[in-house]
Amino acid sequence: MKCLEESYDVVVVGAGHAGCEAALACARLGLETIVFTVSVDSIALMPCNPNVGGSSKGHLVRELDALGGEMGKNIDATFIQSKMLNESKGPAVHSLRAQADKQEYSRHMRRTLENTDHLTIRQAEVSELIVEDHCIKGVKTFSGAVYHAKAVVLATGTYLRARCIYGEVSNATGPNGLQAANHLTDSLIANGVEMFRFKTGTPARVDKRSIDFSKMEEQFGDERVVPFSFSTDPESIQKDQVSCWLTYTNEETHQIIRDNLDRSPLFSGAIEGTGPRYCPSIEDKVVKFPDKSRHQVFVEPEGLYTNEMYLGGMSSSLPEDVQYAMYRTVPGLEHVKIVRNAYAIEYDCINSRQLKSSLEFKAIHGLFSGGQFNGSSGYEEAAVQGFMAGVNASMQVLGREPVILDRSQAYIGVLIDDLVTKENHEPYRMMTSRAEYRLLLRQDNADLRLRGIGHEIGLVSDEEYERVCQKEKDIEAEVDRLEHTTTGANERVQAFLRAHGSTELKTGATMAELLRRPELDYFMLAEIDPKRPELPHDTAEQVNINVKYEGYLKRQMQQVAQFKKLESKRLDPDFDYSTVNSLRIEAVQKLNLYKPVSIGQASRISGVSPADISVLLVHLEQLRHGGHSSHERKQES
Amino acid sequence: MENVTDTIAAVATAMSSSGIGIIRISGSEAIEVADRIFRSRREDFCLADAKTHTIHYGMVYDGEEALDEVLAMVMRGPHSYTAEDTVEINCHGGVLVMKRILETVIRNGARPAEPGEFTKRAFLNGRMDLSQAEAVIDVINSRSEYAMRSSVSQLSGSLSRKVKKLREDILYQIAFIESALDDPEHISLDGYEEKLNGLLAPMVEELEKLLRSADNGKLLSEGIKTVILGKPNAGKSSLMNVLVGEERAIVTDIAGTTRDTLEEQIRLRGISLNIIDTAGIRETEDRVEQIGVSRARAAANEADLIIYVVDGSRPLDENDRMIIELIRDRKAIVLLNKSDLEMRVSEEELAELTGGKTVLSVSAREETGIDCLEQEIEKLFYEGNLDFNDEILITNVRHKTALEQALASLRMVQTGIADQMPEDFLTIDLMDAYRQLGTIIGEAVEDDLVNEIFSKFCMGK
Repeated sequence: MKCLEESYDVVVVGAGHAGCEAALACARLGLETIVFTVSVDSIALMPCNPNVGGSSKGHLVRELDALGGEMGKNIDATFIQSKMLNESKGPAVHSLRAQADKQEYSRHMRRTLENTDHLTIRQAEVSELIVEDHCIKGVKTFSGAVYHAKAVVLATGTYLRARCIYGEVSNATGPNGLQAANHLTDSLIANGVEMFRFKTGTPARVDKRSIDFSKMEEQFGDERVVPFSFSTDPESIQKDQVSCWLTYTNEETHQIIRDNLDRSPLFSGAIEGTGPRYCPSIEDKVVKFPDKSRHQVFVEPEGLYTNEMYLGGMSSSLPEDVQYAMYRTVPGLEHVKIVRNAYAIEYDCINSRQLKSSLEFKAIHGLFSGGQFNGSSGYEEAAVQGFMAGVNASMQVLGREPVILDRSQAYIGVLIDDLVTKENHEPYRMMTSRAEYRLLLRQDNADLRLRGIGHEIGLVSDEEYERVCQKEKDIEAEVDRLEHTTTGANERVQAFLRAHGSTELKTGATMAELLRRPELDYFMLAEIDPKRPELPHDTAEQVNINVKYEGYLKRQMQQVAQFKKLESKRLDPDFDYSTVNSLRIEAVQKLNLYKPVSIGQASRISGVSPADISVLLVHLEQLRHGGHSSHERKQES
Repeated sequence: MENVTDTIAAVATAMSSSGIGIIRISGSEAIEVADRIFRSRREDFCLADAKTHTIHYGMVYDGEEALDEVLAMVMRGPHSYTAEDTVEINCHGGVLVMKRILETVIRNGARPAEPGEFTKRAFLNGRMDLSQAEAVIDVINSRSEYAMRSSVSQLSGSLSRKVKKLREDILYQIAFIESALDDPEHISLDGYEEKLNGLLAPMVEELEKLLRSADNGKLLSEGIKTVILGKPNAGKSSLMNVLVGEERAIVTDIAGTTRDTLEEQIRLRGISLNIIDTAGIRETEDRVEQIGVSRARAAANEADLIIYVVDGSRPLDENDRMIIELIRDRKAIVLLNKSDLEMRVSEEELAELTGGKTVLSVSAREETGIDCLEQEIEKLFYEGNLDFNDEILITNVRHKTALEQALASLRMVQTGIADQMPEDFLTIDLMDAYRQLGTIIGEAVEDDLVNEIFSKFCMGK
C-alpha cells in the first residue's frame, strides 16, 4: 500500500498547553515543525478549571514568558478576571491568577499557531513511533502516513487510552468527549517505555440562568490588573472584569455523598488510576475530612459568550442522579441545571524518571516529552515542560547544548528536577514549598532571572533583552543610592515618621535603613527623598524588595552557593555504577536506574544515602587525581 | 579545590585509654584561634610568630581561668595532616578537661569538626594518593552507619523525645503556613502570627533548658552502653556496687530518669563503660513495677553489651526464661552469681540455654570472679567485638552547637514576628531550626552534603 510520506525537523504530538509551547518554540527557532492534534478545534483546550496561574503556577507562567513562551501573552489577551493572590504575604508567594474565557483562550492560541512561520498543524492520531537503534526517526499516524523527523516531542496530555467515568458509566474518550488516542501506548511499551496510569477529575458545568447568585458571595478581580507577560503593556489590559462566586456545601450535601459512596467508581474499585492528593473529588474530601462541616465551592464563568459555569471544588465521579442531588443542596444551586456532568478521567502516562533533565528520553535519542504525559498535572506545569522539551529538541537538531534550568534558577528547574529524580506516584503539581530558594525565585523577578537565557536560546528579542539589562542597572544604581543617601533628623523627616507610626530619628540615617523598618517602604519614602530618580513601577518594586529583605535574600544566596558546588560535580550519565567498589546494592540499583548528571542530583534520589554520596565523591576525586576509576584499574591489572 | 577554609576543631585522640589528649584545630584561622586561649610563660610570645613544626609550652585559659598545662604544636599548611594551618594542643587528658578545652576553642572561633572531617580535608587537599582513597571508601562504609546509629542510640531517651517533639511541633507549623500559602482561598493565616508567637515561647524555653542541661552534664553517655539484667534479687545492684566501687575514677553519674534505672560511668582497664542497672525483670501486676520492667527491656534493646546476672542459688524460672529470650541475639555475658552459696544452676546448663554465651561464676558479695568478668569485657573490646564510639565527646559538642543554632533560629522567628515579617519568611527560620534539631537525632540530610557525607567516621588521629 502506498502511503503519504513527509519530512520535518521536529514532530510535536498533541496541541494542548505543552504541545503548543513546544511547537511554537521549535518553529520560532526556524525548524520545520509539524504539530498533530486529534482535533484542530481543541488546540489549547482547557478541559478543567477556567483559569491560568495561582499559587506557584503563576510563577511558572511568568518564567515561561521571560524565556519566550506564549502562555502569558495568551492569557493577557483573553482573561476576564485577574487577581494577585497572597498580596498580604511576602513577595515570594505573591501569585497571579486569571480567569480565562476558555473559547477565546483556545482560539487565540490557535490563531498564533496558524500564523507562525515554519509551523504546520495537522489533525491526525499518531499511533506509532519509528525508532531505529535507540534513535527516533519519526512517527506514523493511524491512517498509515509516515512523518520523518530529527526529533519528536510527545505531549499527549490525558488522551492516551483515556477513559471518562461517572457512576456506572464509562466512556473510552478523552476529555470533553474528545477522541482518545488508543494506539500510541502499545508502541511506547514496545520501545521499552515504562507506563503509569493516572487519574484526575473535573466538576460539572452548570447553566448560569439556573443559579441564584443572591445566596453567594461575589468575588471581584483586582482593581489594577498586573499582566502575566513582561511584554504586555499594563495599560492595555485594564478592562471590565466579570465576577466569580463563593458558596459552600453543607451536612445535607455530605449525607447524600456518604449514602451513595457504594455507587462511586472511586470506592467501588472501577477506577484503578492514581489520583492526586491535592485536588480531591468532593467525595474524597467528605470521606477524608469527616470533621469539616462545609467545603468551599467557587462558581466561575467559563467565558463571556456562554452561560456555562464551573463549580470549582466539587469535582466528582458519582452517578449523574447523585450529582444532581448533591449540587442542589448547595445554597444558590437549589434549581441548578447541569450542562456537562462531572467525571473522572484515567489515562496513560510515563514514569518520568526515564527522562533526562532536558526532557529527552534516556533510552531513545531524539525523543522528548512534556506535560501530563510526563505525570504532571495542570496547564501551567504542562506548558513549561512542553516549552523546555521543544527548546531542547531544537537545541539537539541545531547541534547546540541542551538548556537545563536548575533548582536555584527557576520553578521550572524545580519541577523538572523533581520529575526526573523523585519517585512520582501521583500527578505532580507545583507548590511554592517545593522550591528551596523561593525567596529568590519570585514571580516579580522572573524577567531578571531568565530573560538572558531566553535571549541566548533565541526566543527573546534583542530589544526585550536590552530592556531587562537596563532594568538591572537601574535597580543596582538606585539600591546603591539608597545605601549612601543620609537624611538628617530634621522636622520634616520626624513629622513623616510620626505620621507613619515610626520611631523618630536621634541622628541621621540612610534611606536604606529607613526602608528596612517594617512600617515603611520605598514608595512611602518618596515624600522625604527629593533626589529620587523617576523609575518604572516594576523597577521600583525590585529596589524595595532588594533593600527591605536584604538579610534573608543574602542567606538564600549563600545556600544557593552551597547547592551549586554539588551540582557542579558532574557525573557521567552513561556510567555503570556496579563497577564502583563498595557502593551499596540499593544505591547501585537506584543510580543505574536514574543515571544522575551530578552529585547534587544523585543526592536527591531516594535510596541514595549520604555515605553513598561520599563514596561517589571519593570516586570523582580518584578520577581527577589519577585519571582512573577503580573499574578501569581493575581491568588493567 | 573545595572552599574548606573555615576552622574546625575536635579531640584527635581516643578518649578511652590514653593519658594524653590532643585537641586538633585546622583551618585558615587555626593559629589565631589557638593564640586566643594559649598563654606562654614568655609574655610577648604568640603562636602566630612561631615557626612551623615547633612545640611550645604554656597554659590554656578560658577567659581568666587556667584550664590545663599544655604543649601546643604549630604546623603550617601545606605541611600538616590536612594540608591546612594546624595547631595541636597536647593536654593531660581526662574527659572533662579535654571537653572544656574543646569548648573553649569553639567559643573562640572554630566550629566542631564533623566526624572524619580532618581526613576529608586531607583528602580533598590532595594529601592522599589513590590507594589511600580506596581506604577512605572502606572506612566510610564501615563507619558511617555505625556512627550514626550509635550516636542516636546513645542519646538519652528524654533528650531524643524532647527533640522529636520539638521537631514535630515546628514541622506542623511550617506545614500549616505552607498549605495556607498554597491555597490562600481555603486556608487563612489571619491572626496566625500571634498564635505562633504564643507557641514559640515554650519551645524557646525548652531549648534553653536543654542547653542548660547540656552545660551541666552531657547529652550523650560516653562509653560502651552496658546493661545489667536479671530477675529481682539476683544480685544486680551488688554487682554494680562492686564494679563502681572498685573503679575509683567515676567520671560522672547521671541521675536516672526514673528511680529504677541507675546509670554510672566507670573506666575498667582503660575502657569506658556506661553501666546501667535496671529493675528486676519479672511478670508483675504492679503498675509502677511494670514501668520499671519495660524500661529495663528498652535499655536492653539499646545496649552494646548485656550482663545477665543469674541467681545460682535458686532454680531457673519463667522470669529467667524471659530474659534468656531477650538476650538471644545480643552480645551478652552471663554471670552465675552467689557462687558463695549452694548452687542450684550449673554453668553448662546456662551455656546451653543461652546458645553458647560465656558463663562466669562470681560472687558479687564476696567480690570473687570479678577479675574474670573484667578480662572478658577487655577481651571482647580488644578483639573488636565491642564497638567503642569515641566520637561521642565531639558529638556532644556538636549537639550543643545544633541546639544553640536551633534556639537562635527560633529567636529569629520571634524577631520576624515582632518586625511583622510575612509568614513565608518565618518558615525559613522555622525550617532552619527543624534541620538543626534533625542533626541531633539523625533524621536530617543537610543540603550541604559534602559535610554530612564524610561525617560518619572519624580518622582525626
